[in-house]
Amino acid sequence: MNVLLDNIDLYARGFLGTIELFVVAAIGSLVLGTILAGFRVSPVPVLRTFGTVYVNIFRNTPLTLVLFFMAFAYPRLEIADISFFWRASIGLVLYTSAFICEVVRSGINTVPVGQAEASRALGFTFGLTMSQVVFPQAIRSVVPPLTNMQIALLKNTTIAAGFSVVESGGIYAALSERGYNVFVGLMWVALGFIILVVPLTLLQRNLDRRWRTAR
Amino acid sequence: MKFRALVVGLAAAALTLTACGQSGSPGSAGPVVSEAPAADVTVPGSKTFDAIKARGNVIIGVKDDQPGLGFKDATTGEYSGFDIEIARLVAAKLGYGKDKITYKTVPSAAREDTISRGEVDYYVGTYTINDNRKQRVSFAGPYFVAGQSLLVKSSNTDITGKDTLKGKKVCSVTGSTPIQRVRDQGLTDQIVEFQTYTQCVDQLLSGQVDAVTTDDAILKGYAAQQPDKLKVVGQPFSSEPYGIGLNHDDSALRGKINDILQAAYNDGTWQKIYDNTLGKSGSPASPPALQRY
Amino acid sequence: MTAVLYDIPGPRARVRNGAIGVVGSVVVLGIIAFVLYRFAVTGQFDARLWTWITYVNIQYILLGALGNTLLAFAVAAVLSLAFGAVFAAGRLSDRAWLRGISTTIVEFFRAIPLLVLIFILFFGVSRGLGLNITAYWSVVIGLMLYNGSVLAEVFRAGVNALPTGQSEAAYALGLRKTQVMTNVLLPQALRNMLPTILSQLVVVLKDTALGFIILYPELLYQARFLGSQGQLGAPILQVAMVIAVIYIAMCLILSGLSKLLERRLSRSPRSGPTDPQAMADGANAVLIAHAQGGGAPAI
Repeated sequence: MNVLLDNIDLYARGFLGTIELFVVAAIGSLVLGTILAGFRVSPVPVLRTFGTVYVNIFRNTPLTLVLFFMAFAYPRLEIADISFFWRASIGLVLYTSAFICEVVRSGINTVPVGQAEASRALGFTFGLTMSQVVFPQAIRSVVPPLTNMQIALLKNTTIAAGFSVVESGGIYAALSERGYNVFVGLMWVALGFIILVVPLTLLQRNLDRRWRTAR
Repeated sequence: MKFRALVVGLAAAALTLTACGQSGSPGSAGPVVSEAPAADVTVPGSKTFDAIKARGNVIIGVKDDQPGLGFKDATTGEYSGFDIEIARLVAAKLGYGKDKITYKTVPSAAREDTISRGEVDYYVGTYTINDNRKQRVSFAGPYFVAGQSLLVKSSNTDITGKDTLKGKKVCSVTGSTPIQRVRDQGLTDQIVEFQTYTQCVDQLLSGQVDAVTTDDAILKGYAAQQPDKLKVVGQPFSSEPYGIGLNHDDSALRGKINDILQAAYNDGTWQKIYDNTLGKSGSPASPPALQRY
Repeated sequence: MTAVLYDIPGPRARVRNGAIGVVGSVVVLGIIAFVLYRFAVTGQFDARLWTWITYVNIQYILLGALGNTLLAFAVAAVLSLAFGAVFAAGRLSDRAWLRGISTTIVEFFRAIPLLVLIFILFFGVSRGLGLNITAYWSVVIGLMLYNGSVLAEVFRAGVNALPTGQSEAAYALGLRKTQVMTNVLLPQALRNMLPTILSQLVVVLKDTALGFIILYPELLYQARFLGSQGQLGAPILQVAMVIAVIYIAMCLILSGLSKLLERRLSRSPRSGPTDPQAMADGANAVLIAHAQGGGAPAI
């Protein structure tokens, strides 16, 4: 117990960093993922190829390598000097959006083409087709895996701890240097994550149940 | 079809890669002090030494990524550095030559566990003696007293010591004691943490941070590798006595190793080892006083 | 060909698409050229920084690391499949207490980050229980616990997505619960969920990289080690680039194998597409993703 209380500053800082990183990366990856999905289903071959290559690269590279490049290769590009927190966020966004792109794309593909053709035959514009016909149906199959993705993102933020981002993944090292029992310290970190993840899981199950179709 | 082409392409690349290769290494140092292994050594009452004798070789815990201290050359697989030489000296005086030594790298946070479980016979790797650790392991030595210091680019004239760090970015390894000291003493609030010191040095060289801080022994190793680009500045602002980590209850081996170290201090071997490894960075040092307990 | 988002392009749309294509390719090529240029200017392509790859010893180190990665992957993959099957059966059980325990365990291991799990196994369990868990086993067991939990969910979704007619007919024929599971439901579920399972295995392969933090000598660890070799110029970025290519190649091969397997299995007369309506259940969206030929959303 005293491992937690004595080091409450470490834990508070660490989990605050986790939440900050998660919120920024979640929003960014949703935006970029949707854009990429748009690329992958667009009629322009160049955009389709770009989307496919991007997704194949980032889905098959470990997140650690992506963050590594952001931490060490980015300074050499000498574009703008941004803090490690933002570099880690960008790395997480680049990585997660590849997965989100796939989910959104599958969601779009679950809507039968007939729906879109019928709405176009009725004279709906592109915007109306999307918002009135395609989106509501796609949402049903997109949101639960998206929630899964965000839970995974929350857990992946711990990897950023190795690249100078104040994060809960670095707590154990500081505890070890201060001489505390690392095992107990890690169990508190695990508990913290369970507290963060369980609401998201409950949300996902809720959405599951609400949108399940009867058979 | 595409998949098969990919496999064939990779196989071809792999074959060509193994065809062209060179051995040897771009100028690595061989062992500095060649000690003939002593014969008929006994350390009565030492469980660790009995284990060594039964096994027939010594397992030493070391670091492998600190140039000048504990460093493994990737091109040859040879270990070199001040800590390694001390470890070899002790092994030789215990009766085991270079070929009877197995090196083992251990993550810093797991050092006490590894030593107390007997997975290594002793540990020589920038292992600072402190009371917290003395509750779980015992120390022979110290064999070197380091202090926290700063590494900057040679062209840097702003930073001359710990008081000139205000507003500058300082880098070290995640969660390490130097970082905590910088934080506790409020030397600067721009702290950058990475996984290894080499990554910090890379950040220093590319201008992302202004200084790297850790024990001056480690910093001197990096400075010795690139003396024209890096330099160690300022007075050490802490005291880090390095000891040889041993099993907590093995006082017989502790006494024996302390004797070996004292002999090396007296007959100049320690100085020779130092001058040929860390001493190359230009700063002199002399053997510390042993703390027997 | 119409698609959900757009109709067959007419003349104006074709011109517009062409223009967007040109602009797009200019932007993409521009970014790539800029990155390569900056790397060249800062000396990343200097011959000196690439000499490391010519040393035979280093090539052996990399091959050994590759072997270690694949070894950890193979063992962890088999163990996670077994773990997933056992706990999926637990979650589908009729007995509430068995269901409760399985659910708790699966949810617990899905909530903890893999990195923290590996730390707990390596630093924590060894000290707390006095067991000696090597780096290798920490990585493998950590991977097993985490991916096994995800696979348990996948198996369960697969069984739930089968038409109820299958189990109803099996019960009507007088088969008991276990026989229904093993003879009727599980084989079909496995075949349908195969793409998801295989993409989760790609995740296992990538996550072996986390072993580097506890000094398990796999690829990323050796990459970090090689990158710190000062006498070779500390080629951090160069090593990272080569390692990235190796990882991408390995994962692409694995995904390629999975697609091959999928194609071969879909030719078998016994397997057919499952009812899309039945798969509208959110938890089974993974099935939908694969039925439509998309990738698996598992991270």
